[in-house]
Amino acid sequence: MIWVIAFAQEESPLPPSQVKVKDTPNDNGHSLTITWKSSPDSAKILGYEILRSDSPDGEFKVVGQALATDTLYKDKGDKEKESPNYFPSHKNFYYKVRAKTDGLSSESEISLPAYAFQQWYHAGKTPVLVAVLIFSTLTLIFISKAKKGKELYVRPLAGIGAVDEAIGRATEMGRPILFILGLGTAADIATIAGFTILSRVAKRTAEYKTRIIVPCNDPIVMAVAQETVKAAYMDAGRPEAYEEKNIFFLTSMQFAYVAGVNGIMLRERTATNFYMGLFYAESLILAETGSIAGSIQISGTDQMSQLPFFVAATDYTLIGEELYAASAYLGREPLLLGALKAQDWAKGILLICLILGTIFTSLHLDFFANLFKFSLE
Amino acid sequence: MRRQLPILVVFISGIFMAIQYFVPSEPAEFVQEYAMDWVIVIGVFAMGLGLWSLTKVNWIKVQRQTPGWGYNLVTILGMVFMLVVGLIWDPGLGFFPGEKSQVSGTWFMNFFWYIYLPIQTVMFSLLAFYIASAAYRAFRARTILASILLVTAIVIMLRLIPLGAVSGINQWLANWILIVPNMAAKRAIWMGVGLGMVAMALKIVLGIERSYMGRD
Repeated sequence: MIWVIAFAQEESPLPPSQVKVKDTPNDNGHSLTITWKSSPDSAKILGYEILRSDSPDGEFKVVGQALATDTLYKDKGDKEKESPNYFPSHKNFYYKVRAKTDGLSSESEISLPAYAFQQWYHAGKTPVLVAVLIFSTLTLIFISKAKKGKELYVRPLAGIGAVDEAIGRATEMGRPILFILGLGTAADIATIAGFTILSRVAKRTAEYKTRIIVPCNDPIVMAVAQETVKAAYMDAGRPEAYEEKNIFFLTSMQFAYVAGVNGIMLRERTATNFYMGLFYAESLILAETGSIAGSIQISGTDQMSQLPFFVAATDYTLIGEELYAASAYLGREPLLLGALKAQDWAKGILLICLILGTIFTSLHLDFFANLFKFSLE
Repeated sequence: MRRQLPILVVFISGIFMAIQYFVPSEPAEFVQEYAMDWVIVIGVFAMGLGLWSLTKVNWIKVQRQTPGWGYNLVTILGMVFMLVVGLIWDPGLGFFPGEKSQVSGTWFMNFFWYIYLPIQTVMFSLLAFYIASAAYRAFRARTILASILLVTAIVIMLRLIPLGAVSGINQWLANWILIVPNMAAKRAIWMGVGLGMVAMALKIVLGIERSYMGRD
């Protein structure tokens, strides 16, 4: 009997208050953001339900749920009119927030109306824009200096210095060179960097009359690689030496590709292997097989997780940005070297910002760190 | 003109995609999605190109009976067989099974699960042995740097093993190595990669880097 009285005396939780709705910033105009002040009974509530209606007197439907600790909810829908989750732009909506306990609930006042609209500039990405503009300006300044004939010094890279030596070795041994572009697509920047290096290497192989083999993991990569090598052979004045069958599609499956490439290494006994592009778990299997086969190996990738494997198993490794810089080093063109110089300056600026950031943050002065805060949402 | 037109296309597309990154509105999204659809369409056509290349390269070797031509023949037969059971004929499904052949129990899926996948797993498992051989080479204490690498590797590996009284110190040291020097080096590489990517993109968009187009 005592239990029954206790149950009957349990009251609904106090409702959340100050429900406000506004357009979600930096989006395509199909979302509203609802904020509220927590229920005074927040300790006993289990969570909130967000209710929406297109008129204050209409039926409110549950559109989402939030945790008891939340005070913000983004009501986001699709932009396609055919979608059941379509959320129209420029249409007023009203919201209520319902606090729930086990079996009981209470609703807030109805919010003022608000509508969603799209933005033409993502304000959260301003630091990214500023950084890109500074870097682009630096690049253009150094390119302009290089155009005027200014001598630019760039530090030597061991891996780049070894390229000629590796091609020469293959020529002396009368064995082919293997160039692996990794598992990336033609849209990946590491693969594009791989193409630029392939172009330089293919030109040298054309001059030295050394065969170059390029097994590809992606048909589009294969098509681009074929054009790259063909053009390099034409530039070297040996179009007749170009053989399309040496740049071919192997398979798009990761480990089947590894098996195929390893087979080529062992059958053809390649003198030099280049690994330039995007690599995953196959990197070590490829590089170790090449090492066992006795090939000189030069690798380059921007994949952090694969770098230790390449460092351990290949003779030279282009680490991260060095992969992108390799083409400029090999070509020694002033314009490309100008862009490299801009990179060095940008790194210098970054270093200064890091030091200043460390000092200011250590002194509890957060304004400097806040300058770099950005949002991708 | 043959080289200027692709450079112009790259320039316009590159500038548009860069601007689109900062514009969240619907029209910008639409054009970006439209461009991505084109990538998919080109990818589908390119797959045909890939199949043609694979067949041609292997067929030439079979025809000329170059050493190991039997493997090339197996490749061609395997490819034709999977195409036939996947697209044209499956004993249980009849002619033109299409998407139905991806249901478990069909010939196509049986070959995938019971032949292709185990072979793929074998290739992946080789990685364990290659890690051991690469680690042996990398950790040989012939120089000071290699010795530091060896000691660091031992500390990191031992953090997963209970070591009694020294376990706490080892855990602390391993965590410090991972969080401080390791993370500092990683971040430095990430920053370099980020700058390198932007520089590379700029060089391509502005037509400075065109070696991949054959201009040296």
